[in-house]
Amino acid sequence: MAGRVVRRLLQSISSELNCKYYTSSRKFSGSRQLVTLIPGDGIGPEISAAVQKICDAAEAPVDWDPVDVTPVKGPDGKFRLPQKIFDSMKKTKVGLKGPLETPVGKGHQSLNLALRKAFNLYANVRPCKSIEGYQTPYPNVDLVTIRENTEGEYSGIEHLIVDGVVQSIKLITEPASLRVAEYAFKYARDNKRSTVTAVHKANIMRMSDGLFLKCCRQVAEKNKDIRFREMYLDTLCLNMVLDPTEFDVLVMPNLYGDILSDLCAGLVGGLGVTPSGNIGEDGAIFESVHGTAPDIAGQDKANPTALLLSAVMMLRYMGLGDHARRIETAALQTIKEGKILTGDLGGKAKCSEFTQEICRKVKELE
Amino acid sequence: MANMATSMITKCLRPGTKSFRDFCAFVQVKNSLVSGRQFHNTGAGSGHAVTDPVAKPVGKQVVTLIPGDGVGPELMASVQEVYKAAMVPIEFEEIFVSEVHSAQSANLQTLVESFRRNGVGLKGIISTPHHLKGELQTFNMLIRKELDLFANMVHIKSLPGFKTRHNNLDFVIIREQIEGEYSALEHESVKGVIESLKIITRERSEKIAKFAFDYALRNKRKKVTAVHKANIMKLGDGLFLKCCEEVAQLYPKIKYETMIIDNCCMQLVSKPHQFDVMVMPNLYGNIVDNLAAGLVGGAGVVPGESCSHDVAVFEQGARHAFAEAVGKNIANPTGVILSSCNLLRHIHLDYHCKLIEDALFKVIKDGKVRTKDMGGYATTMEFTSAVIDNLNT
Repeated sequence: MAGRVVRRLLQSISSELNCKYYTSSRKFSGSRQLVTLIPGDGIGPEISAAVQKICDAAEAPVDWDPVDVTPVKGPDGKFRLPQKIFDSMKKTKVGLKGPLETPVGKGHQSLNLALRKAFNLYANVRPCKSIEGYQTPYPNVDLVTIRENTEGEYSGIEHLIVDGVVQSIKLITEPASLRVAEYAFKYARDNKRSTVTAVHKANIMRMSDGLFLKCCRQVAEKNKDIRFREMYLDTLCLNMVLDPTEFDVLVMPNLYGDILSDLCAGLVGGLGVTPSGNIGEDGAIFESVHGTAPDIAGQDKANPTALLLSAVMMLRYMGLGDHARRIETAALQTIKEGKILTGDLGGKAKCSEFTQEICRKVKELE
Repeated sequence: MANMATSMITKCLRPGTKSFRDFCAFVQVKNSLVSGRQFHNTGAGSGHAVTDPVAKPVGKQVVTLIPGDGVGPELMASVQEVYKAAMVPIEFEEIFVSEVHSAQSANLQTLVESFRRNGVGLKGIISTPHHLKGELQTFNMLIRKELDLFANMVHIKSLPGFKTRHNNLDFVIIREQIEGEYSALEHESVKGVIESLKIITRERSEKIAKFAFDYALRNKRKKVTAVHKANIMKLGDGLFLKCCEEVAQLYPKIKYETMIIDNCCMQLVSKPHQFDVMVMPNLYGNIVDNLAAGLVGGAGVVPGESCSHDVAVFEQGARHAFAEAVGKNIANPTGVILSSCNLLRHIHLDYHCKLIEDALFKVIKDGKVRTKDMGGYATTMEFTSAVIDNLNT
């Protein structure tokens, strides 16, 4: 009995340590793992199926737990998200999510917001890397944007003071800023990146962005192995379009992150080829951030690349680096060869053909 | 016209009635159209032939000059040299203002008075020191507030003969620059938690929207795009958007579109040709100005302009003091020279404006003398001399 208590205590301490700022990847190693899958709307189901198929081909030790997130009517007449998604996520701690239709003015809670709150998803990570064979005016981009995801301009606190005067509050707190800064440095180290740049506007918002900057500096002090730079948001935007190759890992508050992550995605070819991950204290959700493309849904024309690369990020997060590498290489190879491409990448192939080709390459790469 | 106006006046000069208010609005619209025309009617007019000044101005016009921090003084020296060579009938009233070297700085009142007296000025970049001394408002904010420089306008135009990633760009960014995130209202509610207020008012939103549509109308532009983030800041940006929509209805000939700021930035780097006139609140304007300046070659080549109802301040489009280049003689004076040309046009010195602009464009097009940021090896002085050599007086 006493032994059991001690063991439980130790377990809880170690899990607390692990969960303090991020879930350690070690926790997942070993046997097969369960992943919550939210296929999404529009082209979501097709591309999710494609990703599942490719993961199977790579023999990734992953089982999928698909959940439907269509809002259901509760006893009080209000629509809300089904409980199953939360139960499943609580169990698996890892999710993969396809594009979701954003219901405008339907009155139920937004899924992203609900998941963000439930699992403390505090950092949004978006690697933007130029894809060989998919030309844009900006070659050799390779950077990562890390965005604070819980506060800042998105605090949702707004008032109408008098008619015609609105005040929106941007909230910056020390714990949240420290948390995201620490994650940025950890990410840089784990992914063998050399520099972290803090993006801010502390010349204008001197206290709020000043605090964010101070936190970043504080964390940088503790991580001397990674180079630390700071840059004004406007200077960064200017330099980004002049020469995006000079940037590495960028860390920033919410709104700037929102703007910059899309901007960087634009540099490498849009949201159709950029993956995204939401890292939290109690789990992580990886997703494709493009639209649902209802006009081509069900026609086997969609491009699964964004979701696939998100799955690659997920596998890495789960400590399945080898599988991740193989899938990534196969996908990038396929695009580079340029023989079998979906319509949006400039080819004529169907989604299933594109998937098949990647599967074949994955198997070759054993 | 006069008949119509009198009939309108007789009909509705009963204060408080709806028609009275309509009339006031009508007068306001008319006034601002008139005063606006004075500012920009020749914005797109560089094409029409200007041969000789119609009437030589008597005496010299006085223009306020603020050299600014960083490479500002070097660039202004370059402008002054070009002006001297082109014999521009302008006298500069130089005022040194700086937050970094605050001991030598003139005070705000001197500066504001000078601007008010002259009505027009050329301004370098005033940088904000890092450390916070209790005052949240920066000098730039104070100047803008004091002079009510509510509108900032940056014309993004690809330079002829200078290749960048995207060519033949031609669009205008209009930015509200007094309120929004630049309110300088911040406080620490509890330790480690800071609240920063963003203020959006109907008055200023309407004003900037009207400015944008007026600009579009005068310069024969087809479309105005309002940039916002109303999906998140539903009240604040929502109000801005609503004002833009309302004003748009008064201009049926101009197409009106809206775009969310993150998508806008993505579109700017991938398909920038779709834009025409863009209007947005303060911070987004700051982002888009810089981003767009990067598209046509960087901070050194883009002119900008801030206006109030009676003062126009000409400066660079992307505001960077470029302090690391001080004394190295490598800064690019193109942007400052272009904005000084806009200044000349503004005070109806079209002949000199055209003269300098032509010389500048010729130097850039020839491509022999270019500063470092444009891929050349010339110094600021060499570039300036090249412009002067090309002045066909």
